[in-house]
Amino acid sequence: MSSEKKLIVPHALFPSKPGPKAVDMKDEKKLVVAHAPFWHDGSKISTKNYHIMLAALPAVLMGISQYGAPAVGVIALATACAMIWELIMNLAMRRQISIGDGSAAVTGLLLGMLMPATAPWWVVVLGTFLAIIVGKQIFGGIGFNPLNPPLLALAMLVMSFKGVFDFDEALLNYDLGFAMSYPLGQVKYFGTAAIDKFSLGDLFMGKQAGGIGSTFGLGLIVGGLYLILRGYIRWEISLSFLAGVFVTALLFNLSDPTKYASPVFHLLTGYTLIAAFFLVPEDSSSPVNFIPMLIFGALAGLMTVLIRNIGAYVDGIPFSILLMNLANPLLDKIRPKAIGKVVENA
Amino acid sequence: MIKRSFLGLVKPKLQYNLVPDSLQELSVPSKVTLLLKEPQNGGGTTTLKVGDPVKTGQRISGSPESAEYVIASVTGTVSGMAPYVDGFGQKYTAITIEASAQDDWDDEFNKEPSLDTALKFFEYAPGNPSFKPFADPEKTVRNIVINGMDQDLLLTANQYVVQNEAADIKSGVEALKKMTAADRILITVPENLVQQATTTGAEVKTVSATYPNSLPHMIMKDLLGRVVLVGDSLEDAGVVFMSAEAVAALGAAFKTGQLRVTKVVTVVGKDGSATNVRVRLGTPLRDVLQACNISVNDRDRLILGGPMRGVATYSDELPVEPCTDGIVVQDEANSAQVTDYPCINCGECVRTCPVKIPVNMLVRFLEARLYEEAAAMYDLNCCIECGLCSYVCISRIPIFQYIKLAKYELSLIETAEAANE
Repeated sequence: MSSEKKLIVPHALFPSKPGPKAVDMKDEKKLVVAHAPFWHDGSKISTKNYHIMLAALPAVLMGISQYGAPAVGVIALATACAMIWELIMNLAMRRQISIGDGSAAVTGLLLGMLMPATAPWWVVVLGTFLAIIVGKQIFGGIGFNPLNPPLLALAMLVMSFKGVFDFDEALLNYDLGFAMSYPLGQVKYFGTAAIDKFSLGDLFMGKQAGGIGSTFGLGLIVGGLYLILRGYIRWEISLSFLAGVFVTALLFNLSDPTKYASPVFHLLTGYTLIAAFFLVPEDSSSPVNFIPMLIFGALAGLMTVLIRNIGAYVDGIPFSILLMNLANPLLDKIRPKAIGKVVENA
Repeated sequence: MIKRSFLGLVKPKLQYNLVPDSLQELSVPSKVTLLLKEPQNGGGTTTLKVGDPVKTGQRISGSPESAEYVIASVTGTVSGMAPYVDGFGQKYTAITIEASAQDDWDDEFNKEPSLDTALKFFEYAPGNPSFKPFADPEKTVRNIVINGMDQDLLLTANQYVVQNEAADIKSGVEALKKMTAADRILITVPENLVQQATTTGAEVKTVSATYPNSLPHMIMKDLLGRVVLVGDSLEDAGVVFMSAEAVAALGAAFKTGQLRVTKVVTVVGKDGSATNVRVRLGTPLRDVLQACNISVNDRDRLILGGPMRGVATYSDELPVEPCTDGIVVQDEANSAQVTDYPCINCGECVRTCPVKIPVNMLVRFLEARLYEEAAAMYDLNCCIECGLCSYVCISRIPIFQYIKLAKYELSLIETAEAANE
């Protein structure tokens, strides 16, 4: 046994000087042993998250310019609270402090962008608690969340505090020079005749009531394209989601143009664009294979319009995507056969 | 180190180094160390003792009944015999020979090309060609692929041989035809070496310059149109791979009557400057690095092989072996670090995997040490070990290491099961 032990003492095997125990450690370089590969492409989770925040900035800035200080308050509080909840959870669970990776900050920022500028502080605190702790940390933290954290929080808040998220009511005291009624609410309750006052150009440029960072279509599209080109989100998911919304809305519109809005209207209102580029492609809760990504996005788009047009809620976004999140593990079973795999036909 | 491109949407394209670096001949080192593999069933050790004289080209075998041997690369006296275990648990006897300046050639090798000669003298040739599959009555190997491309990034040793020693490869191909039952001998080279390759008499196939296209499994799939099934070896599929350098060594030996005891090695310094050197087998790495003016500091990495598939080693006293195609020195500041972050399911590994393994699922099973499930459900054994998944991992998970560990653990389980039967 003792000879066995000698075998694994590295420097004794190739003594720098001949002799039984001539291991001159001063002379030996202490090299680092590691496993291949010795190259890495340099990508990092924190870099990715900072780029997502950067891409969200145009939409956030538009929201702030419209609603002023209250919007700054909501966004800042949401981002800060999300990070604090993550820190508290890290400390409570005695795990590595993970707020530096930017994941909590992104979750907080996105949740802030979904909220109206008038959201009271306790809704923001509660919302970030739901997103970070219920949505992510209790499943094990980054990478383990089966559902999209900001959307889970949003769904719970919408169901619990209807008044806060009724944009007509919430933004009653604002006059920004455009129709301050929530477009999706108008079309749901009054039909397409009620949305003639919204021009598509105005909707695209953010002149509509809605969440702080979810109305500025141009900014969201620019940010989304940036993320797609940099490879931080997958175009398959974003585009198939938008296509799903478009096609479903088109079919409804063709069946009854007085009741159901045009597909472009659906693309530019509510949470559609922020969802397409910032929420649906979230890594952990979306598939990775090509065909599953397309199905995932398209079905989420379909569900969104179904809920909007014939469901109980004004905007179907949180629920449609959460539903598809649940189907994600199943969808990802559709995958190419690995090369060399032997399929046994039973 | 090649970083992610600005447009991250496109897959990473790692290109092989296609311009063979110039060659520097190194003088005979003062001592060499040869690693003689111990047979798996234990058994006899070599009869060689400290103080025995050895001649260049002398065959040093483990014991009369063992098939393992080394070929002495210098003339001199044995100054040390020590046990040595490599990173994968393989046991060796490390034989150190103090070299004298003059080469005195051993004359046991005769120039008769036969399979027995190949088995007896060429398995320790540079490039470690394997002739055992030809002697195995259960296998019918009809194809030999001479890989004229290097297996890893940065390295150009094999390509140097194709470029400059095509004549030796030609006689090697002729010898192979006499020694083996192979009726199809191919040579795979990058586009720029086709001209030299056509003179060798082997059927020429071109390999694209993108990693990992020159790995044997990829050549099988892309150029021979055969997929190696899980559980099969390349020999089971009827093909034996040899490096161009091995075939050149074969040809040179039959031409001159002397076994080739040198190896071409690509040495890459910290600044990325590469050069090829021709050294005696068994030369300590330290001598090679000194000759190339590369200094190694604490916490650097000394890599045998290339940056994607190589092995970082712990000492510059270790020798150049027949399979050492490259020596890469990496500065601490430039070396890739791994983390224990979890997988975030971004899917980069799935998209980059050349054999379409669902790496995102696989790594979850491997982290939980569920190796058998990983092999049964998530294609662990399809892996061709290119390392691209670790290269692109945004969480910097050591995926490649997990895969190698899993394969090793599974092999232990299989051995234990076989022993119980």
